[in-house]
Amino acid sequence: MAEPLLALRDLRKHYGGLAVTDGVTLDVLPGEIHAIIGPNGAGKTTLIHEITGLVAPDAGRVVFAGRDVTRLSLPRRARAGLARSFQITSLVAGFSALENVALAAQARAGSSFRFFRPAASERALNDAALAALTEVGLADRAAVPAGALSHGEKRALEIAIALATKPRLLLLDEPLAGAGPEETERLIALLTRLKAAYTILLVEHDMQAVFALADRISVLVYGRVIATGTVAAIRANPEVRAAYLGEDDA
Amino acid sequence: MRGAWLPLLVLAALAVAPLAGFSASYEMTLMARAMILAMAAVSLSFLVGGAGLVSLGHAASVGVGAYAVAILDANGFTDAVQVLPVAIAAAAIFALLTGAIAIRTSGVHFIMITLAFGQMAFFTASSLSAYGGDDGYTLYARTEVAGARLLENRLAFHYICLSLLAASWALASMLLASRFGRVLRAARENAQRAEAVGFAPYPYRLVGYVIAGAMGGVAGVLLANATEFVSPAMISWQRSGELLFMVILGGVGRLWGAILGALVFVGLETWLAELTPHWKMIFGPLLVVSVIALRGGLAGLVAPRHG
Repeated sequence: MAEPLLALRDLRKHYGGLAVTDGVTLDVLPGEIHAIIGPNGAGKTTLIHEITGLVAPDAGRVVFAGRDVTRLSLPRRARAGLARSFQITSLVAGFSALENVALAAQARAGSSFRFFRPAASERALNDAALAALTEVGLADRAAVPAGALSHGEKRALEIAIALATKPRLLLLDEPLAGAGPEETERLIALLTRLKAAYTILLVEHDMQAVFALADRISVLVYGRVIATGTVAAIRANPEVRAAYLGEDDA
Repeated sequence: MRGAWLPLLVLAALAVAPLAGFSASYEMTLMARAMILAMAAVSLSFLVGGAGLVSLGHAASVGVGAYAVAILDANGFTDAVQVLPVAIAAAAIFALLTGAIAIRTSGVHFIMITLAFGQMAFFTASSLSAYGGDDGYTLYARTEVAGARLLENRLAFHYICLSLLAASWALASMLLASRFGRVLRAARENAQRAEAVGFAPYPYRLVGYVIAGAMGGVAGVLLANATEFVSPAMISWQRSGELLFMVILGGVGRLWGAILGALVFVGLETWLAELTPHWKMIFGPLLVVSVIALRGGLAGLVAPRHG
């Protein structure tokens, strides 16, 4: 078995008496799309926050590319190659789509303590940003302020920003949340394309999307991983069906 | 830079004013004061509108610059070659020390901490008995420029103030457009987004705070020279509030708004004070009404919305 790109080891987080993350151990292998599913309140968002550094776990370790990053802040993890999108769209609304992505490219292109040259005229940053926008199909919307984009476009822009940081792992927190049927179709096509080039940890509610995209799935219930396996194995797992999918389903 | 013709026009007007008949002593004094406060307001606008750091202690930076002039003057150092670097360094160090603590907070806490540091500077200045304490300190003479008594010349002083004001605006604009400024602006609007792509806002904000402090220090040097007098009143929180008011009146989203805000503020203040001794009763409500009526400030009248 290949060395995991991301390894969670016995992560624990309590809020008062409530164990939100209750001994989670999980591996994301290079090249795979690993999906985390679970009912509402299963602790998916907290887990994502622990992986990206917004929330510090009470115990356990987060190992990224062989390096213990448990105590690193969000920006330092981002610089290490851990990129995330947010469940609730998080953009710089006053920046154009291009500048949102150029900001991310800038994080990967040397020091940002540069005071003289206008950042907007840096070819290398703009080219990198435009490439990422092209990858998600937003090239023709580059000049539009992020706040004025449609919901689906904002979701795609989130992904473009993540791509521009040249991530080793893409952490997508419900990328389809709130998208209409057409937008969902387009986003799934995009994720399918990204699958070839990136290792992705995907948290998503849309089961059809998860089953279509994921190589492996981990099921989170009340802060615990009750099962990890291929799509087929998860669909057949009686425990999972009882806890989550519902007995009558499929 | 939509709407930038207006501040350019204003700067041009200030450039020709002394040649076009506005060369009486009180007129020159008034214009110099307005330009100097505009410079301080531009540096504050860089903080507020650029970095999202609403400081209620910016007059302290100006005061540190002004007191540097006074203290050096009392010790026999009166040349700009010495005074300016010392004043800039002093204001920058003051900003570095106070900013290092203040920037760990945000929102109302940041406002209160900057206010507290400003008041500390105020009381420190008040207790400097060697430099006049509460009563202030009168300079022996204006700062020399490489041995020449250039600042004694009203016209020269006018153009030095004007050039430094224009330079402050240009510098702050350049900084906000740079990579550094892009990080500042992004962190102002959405700090989490900036962090998620790899930028911890703190060091950028601190550097911005130090730069604004240094610019305030330059304004302080000029202010001390304009009045040939330095007093703790320059540092009072009321003065910080006035600077913040100029920024808001001019329009927070644009640096040059602060120039308009400062000029209008000083102009109104002077005009109303001539009309009646109870001018503050008119000035106060007028300011309130103008803020409510002008959502984007004066700049918003000329160039609506961000661009």
